[in-house]
Order: sequence, then structure tokens, then C-alpha cells
Amino acid sequence: MSEEKNLDSKIVSTSTSLDDEQRVKVLSPGMMVAKRFFRNRLAMVGLVIIVCMFLFSFVGGMITPYGEREVFRTTETQIKDYAGAAKITDWQYSVVEGKDFPAAAQAKVILAINKEETSFESREVVYGLNKIDDNLYYIVQGEDIATVTSVGARHTYKELEEGVLNDSIKAAYEAAVAAQETGFDVDGVHYSIGKQGRVATIRVAENLAVASKYAFAAAEADTEFTFAFKSAVLNAMAEGAATVEADGVTYQLEESKDGSVVSRDGNIYAIVSHYTISPVMEGVFLTLEFREAALKAIEDGAETFTFTDEAGNETEYVVKRNNEQYTIRSNVEIQVNDKYAAPSKAHLLGTDGHGMDLLTRLMFGGRISLLVGFVVVILEIVLGVILGGIAGYFGGWVDSLIMRTVDVFYCIPSMPLYIILGSIMDFWKIDPQLRIFVLCVMLGLLGWAGVARMVRGQILSLREQEFMAAAEALGISTKRRIFVHLVPNVIPQLIVIATMGLGSTILTEATLSYLGLGVKFPYASWGNIINAVNDSYVMTNFWFAWIPAGMLILLTVLGFNFIGDGLRDAFDPKMKR
Amino acid sequence: MLKFVAKRLGISVIILFFVTLIIYSIIRCLPASYAESKARELSQKPGAKPYEELLAQMNEAYGLDVNIPQGYVIWAGNVLQGDFGDSWQWNKTVTDKFSEVIWYSFALGAAAFILEIFIAIPLGILAARRQYSRTDYAVTVFALIGISLPSFFFATVLKMIFAVKLGWVDLYGIVGRMHEQLSPFGKLLDYAHHMILPVATLTIVSVGSLMRYTRTNMLEVLNSDYIRTARAKGLSEKRVINFHAFRNTLIPIVTILGGSLPSLFAGALITEQLFQIPGIGYTSYVSMTRGDIPMSMFYMTFLAILSLLGNLIADVLYAVVDPRVRVH
Repeated sequence: MSEEKNLDSKIVSTSTSLDDEQRVKVLSPGMMVAKRFFRNRLAMVGLVIIVCMFLFSFVGGMITPYGEREVFRTTETQIKDYAGAAKITDWQYSVVEGKDFPAAAQAKVILAINKEETSFESREVVYGLNKIDDNLYYIVQGEDIATVTSVGARHTYKELEEGVLNDSIKAAYEAAVAAQETGFDVDGVHYSIGKQGRVATIRVAENLAVASKYAFAAAEADTEFTFAFKSAVLNAMAEGAATVEADGVTYQLEESKDGSVVSRDGNIYAIVSHYTISPVMEGVFLTLEFREAALKAIEDGAETFTFTDEAGNETEYVVKRNNEQYTIRSNVEIQVNDKYAAPSKAHLLGTDGHGMDLLTRLMFGGRISLLVGFVVVILEIVLGVILGGIAGYFGGWVDSLIMRTVDVFYCIPSMPLYIILGSIMDFWKIDPQLRIFVLCVMLGLLGWAGVARMVRGQILSLREQEFMAAAEALGISTKRRIFVHLVPNVIPQLIVIATMGLGSTILTEATLSYLGLGVKFPYASWGNIINAVNDSYVMTNFWFAWIPAGMLILLTVLGFNFIGDGLRDAFDPKMKR
Repeated sequence: MLKFVAKRLGISVIILFFVTLIIYSIIRCLPASYAESKARELSQKPGAKPYEELLAQMNEAYGLDVNIPQGYVIWAGNVLQGDFGDSWQWNKTVTDKFSEVIWYSFALGAAAFILEIFIAIPLGILAARRQYSRTDYAVTVFALIGISLPSFFFATVLKMIFAVKLGWVDLYGIVGRMHEQLSPFGKLLDYAHHMILPVATLTIVSVGSLMRYTRTNMLEVLNSDYIRTARAKGLSEKRVINFHAFRNTLIPIVTILGGSLPSLFAGALITEQLFQIPGIGYTSYVSMTRGDIPMSMFYMTFLAILSLLGNLIADVLYAVVDPRVRVH
């Protein structure tokens, strides 16, 4: 080896005078170690790997355009039921606001209409049925307001409630009786007369509901139709009138293919048709244009139709017929997490199961994995050096006590214990950030025993050497003797053990995270990125979700092991070439 | 010698006491209501005892209603009578479950162990004989890659290649679908077939350290004076390596291998879990994640005993080989 040669020549040269030509550069022991280390090709490969990993994790994490927990979304088209349509074959009832028209009575209406009766009874309530035409009936409910006892042309009125009758009603009643009519109108109110012998009852016929086979659809979402409006429109349609007045507003009526269009001040206000179309999802409003388009498609028997909404988006709808029911379906774009997207320009390594960029996750995962490694190893070294140093220097019962403690820690099965601690943390639902610290402490506390054992062994042999006797003779304090004179002599072994320890700690952390017991989501670590592989589907279909993370772990641990191996060779003169 | 062994045994018992105490204390960190929810869950299993009985039994058996030292005394007392209790997860006694699954683990461990020896020792010696040659570098890199491989990753890669892409082996499990229809020999082959990937994983992941150890020791031996003497005598290189060097290299290797014999029973926690081999490792993994205290306590105690036994065997073997150790 060159250094040996140099030393030899130096010894030879001391015999003569030492001039510049004969002066040979002698390297310090540290420099010699460094030289041996840098000549080791494997160690260099390891060093390059580790430097790259640091750059990747720390610098890469800074320059990546994405955040650690940035979720990417994508749209997915899904065919969804959009609206349902049906031709109205049953009677539709519009009930006067504030009145009650029970379902049982509604059923009787159909019977009464079929039998062409003018009144019917349901649950001891008598309802009247006013036929306007075949498609429009009013359901009225009579309320007795007075009884009249008639003897010849003399009428005695008995009001059921004070003040309901006035002279004009009485006059109209008398006129009606004279004309033998069953009802009369006063001030737009219809009164009916029920006769039982000499006693007659005057009833106010009040509209309760209107039955028709039309559905109303408004042009605007917040329009609510009043009974007055509906009945006025239906009446007008029955009469064929062109204008209608309801609630003090005048509307224009225009007949359409199956119903009519109601406009107000030239704008379409509502359409009335035999089809009812309602949206499937709540909060969706179907515009009149859409309804028209849908109706046209249904009447034409078309299977699909396209409709362009106000914003100009053209959507294709599919009409599915099921007897008299139609379902209108559309391709709806919904936002989903961009899961397991294949590698692309935007995501060089694709995305993971949460829709996060994998390359970015790997960078941030590298930070955590490397930091956990360093924190744990520093903890191990500090504990190991202090306890091992004390044990080795003092010997006796202190040594025995510490070394038995080391034996105990050595004997604890670490992996099962980590798993149990992991599940305990799961039970307590520990915060993911706190978990990382707990993990570090846990790994450090269970890993110092090896360091302590090594330090103690080295110090046991070192303290018998002459320089320690000299240190004692100089009266240097015990603390200084241990930590300034003994421990530095152990540093070569410590560096080797720490480098190798970094690798194995990263491996342990990765294994735990892989099992779901180490670093937890939302934090990334290389191990918990590979965790996705527990799903066989991910394993077989998305190589990019786990191979890169595995390779990073392998390379990093390998890098630390190469460096550790190179350092051991460099520190150990016996191993040199 | 007997005194040495007795002393070591005594120390081992003390260590075991502290180890189990620590493990017991940690396991007791589970939430207090845990036994209740566990008992409720267990009582809903078919054929299980009623809830109150289960809860009382758990509390009594594992001292969950008393503090940790008292609970430990109860547990240790039962264990000393050979009673590890009933497993909560598997609905049978811990020792029954153990004897049911241990042989899978042993077969896995033994196969990997034998393969390891046959790969590591020749390669280690080869690397040492040609130090700093291409072969040496190749062996060193191979060994270090083995040490650095995360077993879960390597196993997944193997599964991906041989089970998914090539379809040569099954993804999981110890038996195939048609296992029951096979002849006894066929059943054995079926087991072996399912063991291929786990054994390969275990071997590759753990072969590195033995290889490095062999290489280092062989180098030490080759650099010693008696090898120089043997060569100076004019012995053939073959004889120097095979007789003089190899035998001396074997001393530390046999010691370390003897020490790792008990660990054949320890089961490979991660590998068994990955391939769902129903050995002691997988069984315990499931028990630990589900909070099955009796089974977990048993497994950890078992592992501690195995590692103490391993140390003891290694020490004894070392003392047999090297008389200087006995003086201490």
C-alpha cells in the first residue's frame, strides 16, 4: 500500500538529512481513513445514492409543484337518471289553499265521475261534484248557512250563524225557489238549496279542489301556482278563452299540441300539459325548453335527444320507456379523486389511492423516513454511549446492572412489540404527528442495547491502555476521562454502527408503516406508500403505486450499508488491501 | 462447565422475569374497556359462552381488574403451572393453537436455514479467498442487497412475477384448492409448492449476514500465521483451504448457527403474514393486531425464551470451543 511505502521511505530518510526532495508527505490517520474510504468503489456508490436520496427528498420536496397532501380530482362520466316523465291518466287534484281534501275522498271522486253523480259522500262528509266538461270537475263542499221554513210564499229564515244572510241573498233565494232552481249565485258565490219537505237549507258551495288531467310546469323555479290561477286557466281552457285573469293578473292563453301555454306580458309563464316531468335529483329545476324538448322526443318516440341549455352546454339524453313511464337519463360528469392515474406529464409516477401525486408523496415520504432514521439512531447512540461508557469505565456492580438491563432489552422481541405498540396507538387513536415522535422514541429505546454493548466492550479494553493511566495520573476528572479520552476512541465503531443502524431503522420503520402500524396517513412514508399493495388489484395493475417506493427503500438502505461497509474497511487497518 | 451453564440459566431466568414484566405492562396499556368490548364481541361468536361469563373469565384469568403488578403475578402464577390461558382470537387454549401451527413455522424456518447454510458458507469462503476480486465484489453486493431488501417488498415482487405473471404458484396460503383430494404424498408436495416463495424470500433476506460473517472469519483465518506456515510447508492450496483454514473458520460459524437453532421455531412474522402461511408468526400477528392478550403474551414470552436459549447455546458452544471463555 502506498502509505506503508511512504512510511518506510520516511524511516529510511531520517537517517540522512531531511531536505525537500526527500521529504515525504505523511497523512494524518484521519486523512488516511478518508483516503481509503474514497478509494472504495462500493462506498462511493453508496455515498452517491445517499446524497441523491437527500436531494430527492429535501430539495425535491421544495421544488415540486404539488403539496404533500394535495388531492387531484378528475371528472368521470356516469349515466344517471335525470328526469322521469309520465302521461297523466289519473285525475290530478289541486286543492284550495288551507283546505283538506283527504285521499279517501279523492278515490270517491273517480267513482262519482264514472257514475256521473253530482255528489258523493266520504266519511260522513258530503261533497258536490260540478262538471265543467269531461276533463274538468270541481269538487265542492257545501256548508249549511241557514234553514228556511216556507209556507206558501212566506219564508222564515233561520241563520245558523248571525249575519250570513242579507237581503240580496234572500231575494235571490226566493227567485230561485220561484224558478224551481237548485242553486243561485250572489256576488260570485254559488249557493245551493237542499229541500226536505217544507224546510230547505241554504248551502254555500265552496270550491274544495279541481280535478283535471293536466300538470302545470312553471318557467321559473320559484313560481308556485295558486288554486285561483289553476282553476282560472283550466276554466279558460275548457271554454277556449284566449285570456284569463287570476289574482289580479291577466294571462294570455295559447293552445298547444296537448294542452296550452300560459304567457304573461308576452313571456311564457307556464305550460299545461298531459305529461308530468319531474327531476330525479332534488334541487334540479327543469326549464320549459327542456320539458318541450323532452315532450317532443316522447311524442315522436325518439330514443335520444340532445338539448342545449342556457349556458350553451349540449347534453345528450336517453329516453327509456317503461309502459307509460319514461325515464330520461343523461351522462352526468361527476368529480372524483383521481385514483391510481397512470404516469403522465402532470404526474410522472401517477397518483395513489387518494388521488395524490406519487412522486411528491415519495419526496415527502423520504423526508420522514430519513428523519425517523436519523432521530432514532442519534437517540440510540446517545443512550448507548452514556450507558455503555459508564458500564465499561466503572465496572463492578454498575457494569452488572447496566449490562443486565442491556440483556433484558436485547431479549425483548422487538418486532412483535412494535406491532403491539402500534395497535395500542390505534386503539387510542393517537394523532398521526404525535405517532411519528412516539415511533422514534420507541425504536430508539429498543435499539440502544446493541450500541451500549459495543461501547462497553471497547472501553473495557481501552481503559487498560497506557494513555488512560496517564490521564489518571494527570488528575483529569472521571467525566472528562470517559467522554473526552475514551469515547473518541470508540468513534470509528460508532460511526460504522450508526451508518448500518440508519439502514436497518429505515427498514424497520418501512415494515411497520407497511403493516399500517407506523407512520400514518396523511403523512407519507415510503412504507405506507407500499401499503397500497395489500390490495391485490393494486399490486397487479398499478406497478407505479408500489415499485418506486420499494426501490427507494432498497436503494437507501443499500446506500447506508455500502457506506457503513466502506467505513469499516477504512477504519480497520487489518482489512486494507 | 456445569456451574457455568447453571449460572447462565439463573441469569436467563431473571432476564426472562423482567422481559415478561415489561411486555405485560405494555400490553396492559390497552384501554380499560377493551376486555368488555372483546367479551361482547366474543359472546356473539357461534357456540361461545355468554358475555358475563366471558368477561369475568377474562378479568380473572388476566387480572385486568387489578393493577399491573398484581395482574402480572396472577399471569406468571398461571404460566408457571403451564397454563397460558385461552386465546381470545382462536377460541381454544393458547398451547393447543401453538402446537397446531408451530410445525408450519418450523418447516419454513428449517428449509430457509438449510438453504442459507448451503448458499452463504461456500460463497463467503469464495469471496474471502479472492478478496477484492470481481467475485468478492459480486458476493458483497449480493449479500448487502439481501440485507437491505425490505422483505415485504421483495415478497411482493416475487408474488407479482411468479404468482401473477407466470402463475406457477399460488398467491397466498399453505394449501391449494384441491388439497383434500390429494394422496398423502401429493399433500406433502402441495405444502412444498406453497412454501417455495416464502422460503425464497426468507433465504434471500437473511442469507447476507451469514455470508458476510463467513467472509470476515475466513479472511481472519487466512491472514493468520498458521496458514502462512501451512503454505510455507508447501501444502497444496486446496489442502490449505479445505483442511487448515476451513476447519478453523467453521468454529465461529458453528457457534453462531448453533445459537440460531432455537430461532427456527420463532416463525417469520412478516414473511408468514405476507404469504398467509398459518404458522406461529402469522397466528401471532393476527392475535397482536386484534389485541388477543393471552396469545400475544405467550408468543413474546416464547420468543424471549428462544433468544435466551440461543444465547445460552452459543455461549456453551463457544466455551466448548474456546476454553478461555470459561474462566470469566
